[in-house]
Amino acid sequence: MKPAVNTGEYFITGDVACAEGALAAGCRFFGGYPITPATEIAEHLSLRLPKVGGTFIQMEDEIAAIAAVLGASWGGVKSMTATSGPGFSLMMENIGLGICTETPCVVVNVQRAGPSTGLPTQGAQGDMMQARWGSHGHYEIIVLAPFSPQELFYQTITAFNLSEIYRLPVLIMTDEMVGHMSEKVIIPDAKKIMTVSRCKPKGRKNRFKLYEPGPNMVAPMPAAGEGYNMHVTGLTHDTRGYPIMTVETQKQMMDRLIGKIRGNLNDIIQTESYCLDDAEIAVVSYGISARTSFAAVDEARKKGIKAGLLRLITIWPFPEDKIRELANRVKGFVTVEINLGQIHLEVQRSIGGKVPAFLVGDAGGAVIPPDRVLEVLEEAF
Amino acid sequence: MTDKHKKSKKEIIITGFGGQGIIMAGRILGRSAALGDRKESVFTQSYGPESRGGACNAQVVISEEPIRYPYVRHPDILICMSQTGYEKFIMQMTNETILLIDQDLVHLTLNKCDSFSIPATRMAEELGRKMMANIIMLGFCTTITKVVSIDAALDSVADSVPKGTEETNIRAFKKGFDYGLAILKGRDRKAVGKTGAV
Repeated sequence: MKPAVNTGEYFITGDVACAEGALAAGCRFFGGYPITPATEIAEHLSLRLPKVGGTFIQMEDEIAAIAAVLGASWGGVKSMTATSGPGFSLMMENIGLGICTETPCVVVNVQRAGPSTGLPTQGAQGDMMQARWGSHGHYEIIVLAPFSPQELFYQTITAFNLSEIYRLPVLIMTDEMVGHMSEKVIIPDAKKIMTVSRCKPKGRKNRFKLYEPGPNMVAPMPAAGEGYNMHVTGLTHDTRGYPIMTVETQKQMMDRLIGKIRGNLNDIIQTESYCLDDAEIAVVSYGISARTSFAAVDEARKKGIKAGLLRLITIWPFPEDKIRELANRVKGFVTVEINLGQIHLEVQRSIGGKVPAFLVGDAGGAVIPPDRVLEVLEEAF
Repeated sequence: MTDKHKKSKKEIIITGFGGQGIIMAGRILGRSAALGDRKESVFTQSYGPESRGGACNAQVVISEEPIRYPYVRHPDILICMSQTGYEKFIMQMTNETILLIDQDLVHLTLNKCDSFSIPATRMAEELGRKMMANIIMLGFCTTITKVVSIDAALDSVADSVPKGTEETNIRAFKKGFDYGLAILKGRDRKAVGKTGAV
Protein backbone atom coordinates (compact mmCIF):
# COMPACT_ATOMS: atom_id res chain seq x y z
CA MET A 1 0.00 0.00 0.00
CA LYS A 2 1.25 3.47 -0.87
CA PRO A 3 2.01 5.74 2.08
CA ALA A 4 0.40 9.20 2.43
CA VAL A 5 3.67 10.80 1.38
CA ASN A 6 4.28 8.85 -1.79
CA THR A 7 8.02 9.56 -2.06
CA GLY A 8 9.45 9.15 -5.55
CA GLU A 9 9.74 10.62 -9.02
CA TYR A 10 6.64 10.75 -11.16
CA PHE A 11 5.45 12.00 -14.51
CA ILE A 12 2.00 13.25 -13.52
CA THR A 13 -0.52 16.00 -14.18
CA GLY A 14 -0.90 19.11 -12.07
CA ASP A 15 -4.23 17.83 -10.77
CA VAL A 16 -2.68 14.59 -9.52
CA ALA A 17 0.30 16.49 -8.08
CA CYS A 18 -2.16 18.71 -6.19
CA ALA A 19 -3.91 15.65 -4.75
CA GLU A 20 -0.57 14.15 -3.68
CA GLY A 21 0.43 17.50 -2.15
CA ALA A 22 -2.77 17.49 -0.12
CA LEU A 23 -2.03 13.98 1.20
CA ALA A 24 1.54 14.98 2.02
CA ALA A 25 0.22 18.02 3.89
CA GLY A 26 -1.92 15.78 6.05
CA CYS A 27 -5.29 16.26 4.36
CA ARG A 28 -7.58 13.42 5.38
CA PHE A 29 -10.95 14.66 4.15
CA PHE A 30 -12.15 15.59 0.70
CA GLY A 31 -15.73 16.62 0.04
CA GLY A 32 -16.43 17.55 -3.53
CA TYR A 33 -18.46 17.36 -6.67
CA PRO A 34 -16.82 16.45 -9.98
CA ILE A 35 -16.31 19.22 -12.52
CA THR A 36 -14.02 19.60 -15.53
CA PRO A 37 -11.10 20.36 -15.30
CA ALA A 38 -10.77 19.65 -11.56
CA THR A 39 -12.27 16.15 -11.55
CA GLU A 40 -8.91 14.38 -11.58
CA ILE A 41 -8.10 15.81 -8.13
CA ALA A 42 -11.26 14.23 -6.73
CA GLU A 43 -10.70 11.05 -8.73
CA HIS A 44 -7.18 10.61 -7.41
CA LEU A 45 -8.14 11.36 -3.82
CA SER A 46 -11.11 9.00 -4.02
CA LEU A 47 -8.60 6.20 -4.65
CA ARG A 48 -5.91 7.36 -2.25
CA LEU A 49 -7.69 8.82 0.80
CA PRO A 50 -9.46 5.65 2.02
CA LYS A 51 -6.11 3.83 1.95
CA VAL A 52 -4.38 6.31 4.25
CA GLY A 53 -7.14 6.50 6.83
CA GLY A 54 -8.93 9.43 5.21
CA THR A 55 -12.47 10.04 4.03
CA PHE A 56 -13.68 10.92 0.56
CA ILE A 57 -17.26 11.99 0.01
CA GLN A 58 -18.86 12.95 -3.27
CA MET A 59 -21.48 15.43 -2.11
CA GLU A 60 -24.71 16.33 -3.89
CA ASP A 61 -23.34 19.66 -5.09
CA GLU A 62 -20.64 22.23 -4.41
CA ILE A 63 -22.62 24.04 -1.69
CA ALA A 64 -22.74 20.82 0.27
CA ALA A 65 -19.11 20.07 -0.62
CA ILE A 66 -17.69 23.19 1.03
CA ALA A 67 -20.10 22.77 3.97
CA ALA A 68 -18.77 19.24 4.51
CA VAL A 69 -15.20 20.53 4.29
CA LEU A 70 -15.84 23.16 6.99
CA GLY A 71 -17.55 20.56 9.18
CA ALA A 72 -14.67 18.12 8.79
CA SER A 73 -12.23 20.84 9.78
CA TRP A 74 -14.17 21.49 13.01
CA GLY A 75 -14.00 17.75 13.53
CA GLY A 76 -10.23 18.22 13.74
CA VAL A 77 -9.27 16.96 10.29
CA LYS A 78 -7.37 18.81 7.57
CA SER A 79 -9.85 19.07 4.74
CA MET A 80 -10.17 20.30 1.18
CA THR A 81 -12.28 20.50 -1.92
CA ALA A 82 -11.52 21.12 -5.58
CA THR A 83 -13.71 22.65 -8.23
CA SER A 84 -13.87 24.97 -11.23
CA GLY A 85 -15.75 28.20 -12.05
CA PRO A 86 -19.41 27.18 -11.70
CA GLY A 87 -18.71 25.16 -8.55
CA PHE A 88 -16.53 27.95 -7.18
CA SER A 89 -19.47 30.35 -7.56
CA LEU A 90 -21.68 27.97 -5.58
CA MET A 91 -19.08 27.75 -2.81
CA MET A 92 -18.83 31.47 -2.27
CA GLU A 93 -21.31 31.85 0.59
CA ASN A 94 -19.72 29.09 2.65
CA ILE A 95 -16.19 30.28 1.92
CA GLY A 96 -17.38 33.41 3.75
CA LEU A 97 -18.64 31.20 6.56
CA GLY A 98 -15.17 29.64 6.72
CA ILE A 99 -13.60 33.10 6.96
CA CYS A 100 -16.03 34.31 9.64
CA THR A 101 -15.77 31.13 11.72
CA GLU A 102 -11.97 31.00 11.12
CA THR A 103 -12.04 27.48 9.75
CA PRO A 104 -8.82 26.11 8.21
CA CYS A 105 -9.36 24.38 4.85
CA VAL A 106 -8.14 24.46 1.26
CA VAL A 107 -10.25 25.16 -1.83
CA VAL A 108 -8.72 24.48 -5.23
CA ASN A 109 -10.11 26.16 -8.34
CA VAL A 110 -8.79 24.70 -11.59
CA GLN A 111 -9.96 27.61 -13.69
CA ARG A 112 -11.76 27.28 -16.99
CA ALA A 113 -13.18 30.00 -19.20
CA GLY A 114 -16.39 31.63 -17.97
CA PRO A 115 -18.72 33.33 -17.29
CA SER A 116 -21.32 30.66 -16.53
CA THR A 117 -20.66 27.23 -18.11
CA GLY A 118 -18.24 28.89 -20.52
CA LEU A 119 -15.64 26.61 -22.08
CA PRO A 120 -15.58 23.61 -19.73
CA THR A 121 -12.49 21.96 -21.22
CA GLN A 122 -10.49 25.10 -21.89
CA GLY A 123 -8.55 27.10 -19.37
CA ALA A 124 -8.57 30.71 -18.25
CA GLN A 125 -7.61 32.89 -15.30
CA GLY A 126 -10.88 34.74 -15.00
CA ASP A 127 -11.77 34.00 -11.37
CA MET A 128 -8.95 35.95 -9.74
CA MET A 129 -11.14 38.80 -8.50
CA GLN A 130 -13.87 36.38 -7.47
CA ALA A 131 -11.24 34.68 -5.32
CA ARG A 132 -10.62 38.03 -3.67
CA TRP A 133 -14.14 39.39 -3.28
CA GLY A 134 -16.57 36.61 -4.27
CA SER A 135 -18.11 36.16 -0.83
CA HIS A 136 -20.03 39.04 0.66
CA GLY A 137 -18.66 41.41 3.26
CA HIS A 138 -15.15 42.74 3.70
CA TYR A 139 -12.44 40.21 4.45
CA GLU A 140 -8.87 39.16 3.81
CA ILE A 141 -8.07 35.92 2.04
CA ILE A 142 -4.98 33.98 1.01
CA VAL A 143 -4.77 32.91 -2.63
CA LEU A 144 -1.93 31.01 -4.33
CA ALA A 145 -1.37 30.51 -8.08
CA PRO A 146 1.20 27.79 -8.93
CA PHE A 147 2.66 27.52 -12.43
CA SER A 148 3.69 23.86 -12.73
CA PRO A 149 2.69 20.42 -11.47
CA GLN A 150 5.74 20.37 -9.16
CA GLU A 151 4.78 23.73 -7.72
CA LEU A 152 1.17 22.63 -7.36
CA PHE A 153 2.46 19.80 -5.17
CA TYR A 154 4.43 22.16 -2.91
CA GLN A 155 1.95 25.03 -2.89
CA THR A 156 -0.85 22.69 -1.88
CA ILE A 157 1.24 21.86 1.19
CA THR A 158 1.85 25.59 1.74
CA ALA A 159 -1.87 26.26 1.37
CA PHE A 160 -2.65 23.76 4.12
CA ASN A 161 0.09 25.18 6.34
CA LEU A 162 -1.14 28.75 5.91
CA SER A 163 -4.74 27.72 6.50
CA GLU A 164 -3.73 25.95 9.72
CA ILE A 165 -1.58 28.86 10.92
CA TYR A 166 -4.03 31.67 10.12
CA ARG A 167 -7.26 29.71 10.45
CA LEU A 168 -9.02 30.51 7.21
CA PRO A 169 -9.87 28.90 3.86
CA VAL A 170 -6.84 29.20 1.57
CA LEU A 171 -7.58 29.17 -2.14
CA ILE A 172 -5.38 27.63 -4.82
CA MET A 173 -6.20 29.28 -8.13
CA THR A 174 -4.63 27.12 -10.78
CA ASP A 175 -5.84 26.72 -14.36
CA GLU A 176 -6.80 23.96 -16.78
CA MET A 177 -3.42 24.18 -18.49
CA VAL A 178 -1.35 23.57 -15.35
CA GLY A 179 -3.96 21.12 -14.02
CA HIS A 180 -3.79 18.94 -17.09
CA MET A 181 -0.16 19.18 -18.15
CA SER A 182 2.20 16.37 -17.18
CA GLU A 183 5.69 17.03 -15.90
CA LYS A 184 8.24 15.45 -13.64
CA VAL A 185 7.13 15.77 -10.03
CA ILE A 186 9.50 14.83 -7.24
CA ILE A 187 7.86 13.91 -3.95
CA PRO A 188 10.52 14.09 -1.24
CA ASP A 189 10.87 12.00 1.90
CA ALA A 190 8.12 12.62 4.44
CA LYS A 191 10.63 13.97 6.93
CA LYS A 192 11.72 16.66 4.47
CA ILE A 193 8.20 18.03 4.14
CA MET A 194 7.30 20.70 6.66
CA THR A 195 3.69 20.49 7.73
CA VAL A 196 1.95 22.68 10.27
CA SER A 197 -1.13 21.83 12.27
CA ARG A 198 -3.48 24.25 13.98
CA CYS A 199 -2.52 25.38 17.46
CA LYS A 200 -4.57 23.49 20.04
CA PRO A 201 -5.88 25.12 23.22
CA LYS A 202 -4.46 24.41 26.66
CA GLY A 203 -5.84 25.11 30.10
CA ARG A 204 -9.27 24.78 31.65
CA LYS A 205 -11.87 23.73 29.16
CA ASN A 206 -14.78 25.62 30.72
CA ARG A 207 -12.82 28.90 30.74
CA PHE A 208 -11.85 28.53 27.11
CA LYS A 209 -12.69 31.30 24.66
CA LEU A 210 -12.93 30.10 21.08
CA TYR A 211 -11.73 33.34 19.46
CA GLU A 212 -9.29 34.75 21.99
CA PRO A 213 -6.27 35.52 19.80
CA GLY A 214 -2.82 34.16 20.62
CA PRO A 215 0.52 35.88 19.94
CA ASN A 216 0.21 35.75 16.12
CA MET A 217 -3.31 37.24 16.31
CA VAL A 218 -4.86 33.79 15.78
CA ALA A 219 -6.81 31.83 18.38
CA PRO A 220 -6.00 28.18 19.17
CA MET A 221 -8.64 25.83 17.77
CA PRO A 222 -10.13 22.79 19.51
CA ALA A 223 -12.03 20.07 17.67
CA ALA A 224 -15.69 19.42 18.33
CA GLY A 225 -16.08 16.86 21.09
CA GLU A 226 -12.84 17.62 22.91
CA GLY A 227 -14.78 19.25 25.73
CA TYR A 228 -13.98 22.90 25.17
CA ASN A 229 -16.66 25.57 25.14
CA MET A 230 -17.62 25.84 21.53
CA HIS A 231 -20.12 27.93 19.66
CA VAL A 232 -19.44 28.34 15.95
CA THR A 233 -21.56 30.81 14.02
CA GLY A 234 -21.49 32.98 10.94
CA LEU A 235 -23.25 35.70 12.92
CA THR A 236 -21.04 38.45 14.29
CA HIS A 237 -19.55 36.94 17.45
CA ASP A 238 -17.36 37.90 20.39
CA THR A 239 -14.22 36.08 21.55
CA ARG A 240 -16.39 33.39 23.16
CA GLY A 241 -17.99 32.72 19.79
CA TYR A 242 -21.39 33.95 20.97
CA PRO A 243 -23.47 36.08 18.61
CA ILE A 244 -23.48 39.73 19.72
CA MET A 245 -25.28 42.05 17.35
CA THR A 246 -23.44 45.27 18.07
CA VAL A 247 -21.30 47.64 16.08
CA GLU A 248 -18.48 47.25 18.62
CA THR A 249 -18.40 43.46 18.37
CA GLN A 250 -18.49 43.68 14.58
CA LYS A 251 -15.45 45.96 14.70
CA GLN A 252 -13.57 43.71 17.12
CA MET A 253 -14.27 40.63 15.01
CA MET A 254 -13.33 42.35 11.76
CA ASP A 255 -10.12 43.75 13.27
CA ARG A 256 -9.18 40.19 14.12
CA LEU A 257 -10.11 38.68 10.72
CA ILE A 258 -8.31 41.41 8.80
CA GLY A 259 -5.43 41.94 11.22
CA LYS A 260 -4.20 38.36 11.29
CA ILE A 261 -3.52 38.58 7.53
CA ARG A 262 -2.41 42.21 7.17
CA GLY A 263 -0.16 41.84 10.20
CA ASN A 264 1.69 38.86 8.73
CA LEU A 265 2.22 39.83 5.09
CA ASN A 266 5.93 39.01 5.10
CA ASP A 267 5.21 35.51 6.30
CA ILE A 268 2.45 34.96 3.73
CA ILE A 269 3.53 36.59 0.46
CA GLN A 270 5.71 34.65 -1.99
CA THR A 271 6.97 35.95 -5.34
CA GLU A 272 9.70 34.93 -7.77
CA SER A 273 11.91 37.52 -9.46
CA TYR A 274 13.46 36.72 -12.82
CA CYS A 275 15.94 39.08 -14.53
CA LEU A 276 14.55 42.01 -12.52
CA ASP A 277 17.84 43.39 -11.14
CA ASP A 278 18.60 45.54 -14.17
CA ALA A 279 15.13 45.42 -15.74
CA GLU A 280 13.60 48.47 -17.41
CA ILE A 281 10.28 46.77 -18.02
CA ALA A 282 8.64 44.54 -15.42
CA VAL A 283 6.31 41.80 -16.61
CA VAL A 284 3.89 40.67 -13.90
CA SER A 285 2.23 37.29 -14.29
CA TYR A 286 1.14 34.08 -12.56
CA GLY A 287 0.00 30.52 -13.27
CA ILE A 288 0.28 29.32 -16.86
CA SER A 289 0.68 32.90 -18.11
CA ALA A 290 3.91 33.17 -16.13
CA ARG A 291 5.33 30.44 -18.36
CA THR A 292 4.41 32.50 -21.41
CA SER A 293 6.06 35.47 -19.72
CA PHE A 294 9.32 33.65 -18.96
CA ALA A 295 9.64 32.82 -22.67
CA ALA A 296 8.79 36.40 -23.68
CA VAL A 297 11.37 37.85 -21.27
CA ASP A 298 14.04 35.47 -22.59
CA GLU A 299 13.27 36.47 -26.18
CA ALA A 300 13.16 40.17 -25.31
CA ARG A 301 16.58 39.90 -23.62
CA LYS A 302 17.98 38.30 -26.79
CA LYS A 303 16.80 41.39 -28.66
CA GLY A 304 18.47 43.70 -26.15
CA ILE A 305 15.26 44.70 -24.34
CA LYS A 306 15.84 44.80 -20.60
CA ALA A 307 12.72 42.98 -19.45
CA GLY A 308 12.26 41.06 -16.22
CA LEU A 309 9.47 39.05 -14.65
CA LEU A 310 7.81 39.30 -11.29
CA ARG A 311 5.99 36.01 -10.91
CA LEU A 312 3.24 36.14 -8.34
CA ILE A 313 2.89 32.94 -6.36
CA THR A 314 0.70 34.60 -3.77
CA ILE A 315 -2.01 36.64 -5.48
CA TRP A 316 -3.90 37.73 -2.37
CA PRO A 317 -2.87 39.45 -0.17
CA PHE A 318 -1.53 41.32 -3.20
CA PRO A 319 2.26 41.87 -3.20
CA GLU A 320 1.78 45.61 -3.64
CA ASP A 321 4.95 46.64 -1.80
CA LYS A 322 6.96 44.64 -4.32
CA ILE A 323 5.21 46.36 -7.26
CA ARG A 324 5.62 49.77 -5.62
CA GLU A 325 9.34 49.19 -5.15
CA LEU A 326 9.68 48.14 -8.79
CA ALA A 327 7.69 51.19 -9.94
CA ASN A 328 10.51 53.37 -8.61
CA ARG A 329 13.06 51.85 -10.97
CA VAL A 330 11.37 50.55 -14.15
CA LYS A 331 9.94 52.39 -17.15
CA GLY A 332 6.72 50.45 -17.14
CA PHE A 333 4.78 47.27 -16.43
CA VAL A 334 3.11 44.59 -18.53
CA THR A 335 0.63 42.26 -16.87
CA VAL A 336 0.00 38.94 -18.61
CA GLU A 337 -3.12 37.01 -17.63
CA ILE A 338 -5.92 35.06 -19.33
CA ASN A 339 -8.70 37.50 -18.51
CA LEU A 340 -9.42 41.02 -19.65
CA GLY A 341 -7.70 42.81 -16.81
CA GLN A 342 -8.07 41.73 -13.18
CA ILE A 343 -4.62 41.57 -11.60
CA HIS A 344 -3.70 44.28 -14.13
CA LEU A 345 -5.97 46.64 -12.16
CA GLU A 346 -4.15 45.78 -8.94
CA VAL A 347 -0.80 46.39 -10.63
CA GLN A 348 -2.05 49.77 -11.84
CA ARG A 349 -3.32 50.63 -8.38
CA SER A 350 -0.02 49.69 -6.77
CA ILE A 351 2.01 51.72 -9.28
CA GLY A 352 -0.08 54.77 -8.45
CA GLY A 353 0.39 56.36 -11.87
CA LYS A 354 4.20 56.55 -11.59
CA VAL A 355 4.84 54.64 -14.84
CA PRO A 356 2.59 53.22 -17.57
CA ALA A 357 1.09 49.73 -17.28
CA PHE A 358 -0.15 47.58 -20.14
CA LEU A 359 -2.24 44.46 -20.22
CA VAL A 360 -1.69 41.42 -22.41
CA GLY A 361 -4.95 39.65 -21.75
CA ASP A 362 -7.41 37.37 -23.42
CA ALA A 363 -11.03 36.31 -23.08
CA GLY A 364 -9.98 32.75 -22.19
CA GLY A 365 -9.84 29.31 -23.74
CA ALA A 366 -6.21 29.35 -24.82
CA VAL A 367 -2.74 30.13 -23.58
CA ILE A 368 -1.36 33.53 -24.55
CA PRO A 369 1.59 32.96 -26.91
CA PRO A 370 4.93 34.60 -25.96
CA ASP A 371 4.95 36.57 -29.25
CA ARG A 372 2.04 38.70 -28.09
CA VAL A 373 3.92 39.71 -24.95
CA LEU A 374 7.09 40.30 -26.96
CA GLU A 375 5.20 42.65 -29.31
CA VAL A 376 4.16 44.82 -26.38
CA LEU A 377 7.65 44.74 -24.90
CA GLU A 378 9.05 45.88 -28.25
CA GLU A 379 6.51 48.52 -29.10
CA ALA A 380 5.04 49.98 -25.95
CA PHE A 381 8.19 51.36 -24.39
CA MET B 1 21.44 16.43 -39.33
CA THR B 2 21.57 20.19 -39.04
CA ASP B 3 22.38 22.20 -35.94
CA LYS B 4 18.73 22.54 -35.14
CA HIS B 5 18.40 18.81 -34.84
CA LYS B 6 21.30 18.75 -32.42
CA LYS B 7 19.93 21.47 -30.15
CA SER B 8 19.05 20.28 -26.70
CA LYS B 9 15.38 21.24 -26.85
CA LYS B 10 13.04 19.07 -28.90
CA GLU B 11 9.45 19.93 -29.66
CA ILE B 12 7.21 17.07 -30.74
CA ILE B 13 3.61 16.86 -31.94
CA ILE B 14 1.78 13.56 -32.29
CA THR B 15 -1.53 13.80 -34.06
CA GLY B 16 -4.30 11.48 -35.19
CA PHE B 17 -7.83 10.48 -34.26
CA GLY B 18 -9.14 10.02 -30.74
CA GLY B 19 -8.94 6.32 -29.94
CA GLN B 20 -5.65 5.70 -31.76
CA GLY B 21 -3.68 6.11 -28.55
CA ILE B 22 -2.21 9.48 -29.53
CA ILE B 23 -2.44 10.83 -25.98
CA MET B 24 -0.98 7.62 -24.58
CA ALA B 25 1.92 7.85 -27.03
CA GLY B 26 2.61 11.44 -25.95
CA ARG B 27 2.51 10.54 -22.30
CA ILE B 28 4.89 7.60 -22.81
CA LEU B 29 7.32 9.79 -24.73
CA GLY B 30 7.26 12.54 -22.09
CA ARG B 31 7.64 10.02 -19.32
CA SER B 32 10.57 8.28 -21.04
CA ALA B 33 12.44 11.58 -21.26
CA ALA B 34 11.61 12.73 -17.71
CA LEU B 35 12.02 9.53 -15.72
CA GLY B 36 14.17 7.33 -17.99
CA ASP B 37 16.56 9.79 -19.60
CA ARG B 38 16.35 12.17 -16.62
CA LYS B 39 15.73 15.23 -18.75
CA GLU B 40 13.03 17.84 -18.40
CA SER B 41 9.84 17.20 -20.33
CA VAL B 42 6.32 18.55 -20.54
CA PHE B 43 3.39 16.74 -22.05
CA THR B 44 0.20 18.56 -22.97
CA GLN B 45 -2.75 17.13 -24.78
CA SER B 46 -5.89 18.13 -26.56
CA TYR B 47 -8.55 17.79 -23.92
CA GLY B 48 -12.21 17.65 -24.75
CA PRO B 49 -14.55 15.85 -27.14
CA GLU B 50 -11.81 15.59 -29.80
CA SER B 51 -9.81 13.18 -27.65
CA ARG B 52 -12.78 10.82 -27.89
CA GLY B 53 -13.04 10.57 -31.65
CA GLY B 54 -12.15 13.78 -33.47
CA ALA B 55 -8.74 15.04 -34.50
CA CYS B 56 -6.56 15.06 -31.43
CA ASN B 57 -2.97 15.81 -30.66
CA ALA B 58 -0.33 15.39 -28.00
CA GLN B 59 2.52 17.84 -27.55
CA VAL B 60 5.79 16.98 -25.87
CA VAL B 61 8.71 19.29 -25.20
CA ILE B 62 11.96 17.65 -24.09
CA SER B 63 14.99 19.59 -22.93
CA GLU B 64 18.16 19.42 -20.85
CA GLU B 65 17.11 22.72 -19.24
CA PRO B 66 13.96 23.65 -17.31
CA ILE B 67 11.14 24.21 -19.78
CA ARG B 68 9.41 27.55 -19.45
CA TYR B 69 6.86 27.66 -22.25
CA PRO B 70 5.33 24.18 -22.44
CA TYR B 71 3.76 24.31 -25.90
CA VAL B 72 5.09 23.49 -29.34
CA ARG B 73 5.44 26.35 -31.78
CA HIS B 74 7.40 24.70 -34.60
CA PRO B 75 7.76 20.95 -34.19
CA ASP B 76 11.18 19.38 -34.55
CA ILE B 77 9.31 16.10 -34.87
CA LEU B 78 5.78 15.73 -36.24
CA ILE B 79 4.12 12.32 -36.03
CA CYS B 80 0.94 12.00 -38.07
CA MET B 81 -1.49 9.11 -37.83
CA SER B 82 -4.34 10.76 -39.71
CA GLN B 83 -4.76 12.97 -42.76
CA THR B 84 -6.70 15.58 -40.77
CA GLY B 85 -3.92 15.78 -38.21
CA TYR B 86 -1.33 16.13 -40.94
CA GLU B 87 -3.25 18.90 -42.62
CA LYS B 88 -3.82 20.71 -39.36
CA PHE B 89 -0.14 20.94 -38.50
CA ILE B 90 1.36 21.22 -41.96
CA MET B 91 1.73 24.98 -41.59
CA GLN B 92 3.68 24.67 -38.34
CA MET B 93 6.32 22.47 -39.95
CA THR B 94 9.66 23.96 -40.89
CA ASN B 95 12.30 22.69 -43.32
CA GLU B 96 14.00 21.13 -40.33
CA THR B 97 11.00 19.17 -39.09
CA ILE B 98 11.31 15.40 -39.15
CA LEU B 99 7.95 14.04 -40.29
CA LEU B 100 6.86 10.51 -39.37
CA ILE B 101 3.66 9.17 -40.89
CA ASP B 102 1.53 6.09 -40.98
CA GLN B 103 1.82 5.60 -44.73
CA ASP B 104 -1.60 3.97 -45.11
CA LEU B 105 -3.37 6.81 -43.32
CA VAL B 106 -1.53 9.91 -44.46
CA HIS B 107 -1.02 11.09 -48.00
CA LEU B 108 1.75 13.68 -48.21
CA THR B 109 0.77 16.83 -50.05
CA LEU B 110 3.83 18.91 -49.36
CA ASN B 111 7.45 17.74 -49.48
CA LYS B 112 9.00 20.43 -47.43
CA CYS B 113 10.88 18.34 -44.92
CA ASP B 114 12.50 15.01 -44.22
CA SER B 115 9.78 12.36 -43.95
CA PHE B 116 9.74 8.74 -42.86
CA SER B 117 6.86 6.32 -43.45
CA ILE B 118 5.74 3.19 -41.70
CA PRO B 119 2.57 1.12 -42.10
CA ALA B 120 2.09 1.18 -38.32
CA THR B 121 -1.61 0.36 -38.25
CA ARG B 122 -1.25 -2.49 -40.75
CA MET B 123 1.65 -3.91 -38.72
CA ALA B 124 -0.44 -3.67 -35.56
CA GLU B 125 -3.28 -5.53 -37.28
CA GLU B 126 -0.81 -8.24 -38.25
CA LEU B 127 0.17 -8.48 -34.58
CA GLY B 128 -3.52 -8.97 -33.83
CA ARG B 129 -4.15 -5.64 -32.07
CA LYS B 130 -4.87 -2.55 -34.13
CA MET B 131 -4.68 -0.56 -30.91
CA MET B 132 -0.92 -1.02 -30.75
CA ALA B 133 -0.22 1.14 -33.82
CA ASN B 134 0.74 3.96 -31.48
CA ILE B 135 3.37 1.81 -29.75
CA ILE B 136 4.77 0.67 -33.11
CA MET B 137 4.98 4.33 -34.11
CA LEU B 138 6.81 5.11 -30.85
CA GLY B 139 9.36 2.40 -31.60
CA PHE B 140 9.78 3.84 -35.09
CA CYS B 141 10.17 7.35 -33.68
CA THR B 142 12.78 6.15 -31.20
CA THR B 143 15.04 4.77 -33.95
CA ILE B 144 14.56 7.55 -36.46
CA THR B 145 14.79 10.56 -34.14
CA LYS B 146 16.62 9.20 -31.08
CA VAL B 147 14.63 11.74 -29.10
CA VAL B 148 14.50 9.29 -26.19
CA SER B 149 16.74 6.31 -25.42
CA ILE B 150 15.45 2.84 -26.23
CA ASP B 151 15.77 1.70 -22.59
CA ALA B 152 13.79 4.67 -21.32
CA ALA B 153 11.11 4.12 -23.95
CA LEU B 154 10.81 0.39 -23.22
CA ASP B 155 10.49 1.00 -19.46
CA SER B 156 7.92 3.67 -20.06
CA VAL B 157 5.89 1.48 -22.42
CA ALA B 158 5.88 -1.37 -19.91
CA ASP B 159 4.78 0.94 -17.09
CA SER B 160 2.10 2.73 -19.08
CA VAL B 161 0.14 0.03 -20.92
CA PRO B 162 -2.62 -2.01 -19.26
CA LYS B 163 -1.39 -4.79 -17.00
CA GLY B 164 -1.05 -8.08 -18.82
CA THR B 165 -0.34 -6.46 -22.19
CA GLU B 166 3.25 -5.46 -21.47
CA GLU B 167 4.86 -8.22 -23.52
CA THR B 168 2.78 -7.73 -26.63
CA ASN B 169 3.29 -3.98 -26.46
CA ILE B 170 7.04 -4.38 -26.13
CA ARG B 171 6.95 -6.69 -29.13
CA ALA B 172 5.04 -4.01 -31.02
CA PHE B 173 7.56 -1.35 -29.96
CA LYS B 174 10.45 -3.49 -31.19
CA LYS B 175 8.71 -4.08 -34.51
CA GLY B 176 8.49 -0.35 -35.07
CA PHE B 177 12.05 0.10 -33.86
CA ASP B 178 13.43 -2.53 -36.25
CA TYR B 179 11.45 -1.13 -39.16
CA GLY B 180 13.11 2.22 -38.43
CA LEU B 181 16.55 0.59 -38.32
CA ALA B 182 15.98 -0.98 -41.73
CA ILE B 183 14.93 2.33 -43.22
CA LEU B 184 17.96 4.13 -41.79
CA LYS B 185 20.22 1.41 -43.12
CA GLY B 186 18.67 1.77 -46.57
CA ARG B 187 19.24 5.52 -46.45
CA ASP B 188 22.87 5.10 -45.42
CA ARG B 189 23.49 2.79 -48.33
CA LYS B 190 21.87 5.20 -50.73
CA ALA B 191 24.00 7.98 -49.28
CA VAL B 192 27.20 6.12 -50.12
CA GLY B 193 25.93 5.30 -53.56
CA LYS B 194 24.97 1.68 -53.01
CA THR B 195 21.76 0.37 -54.50
CA GLY B 196 19.56 -2.36 -53.13
CA ALA B 197 21.42 -4.99 -55.18
CA VAL B 198 24.55 -6.01 -53.32
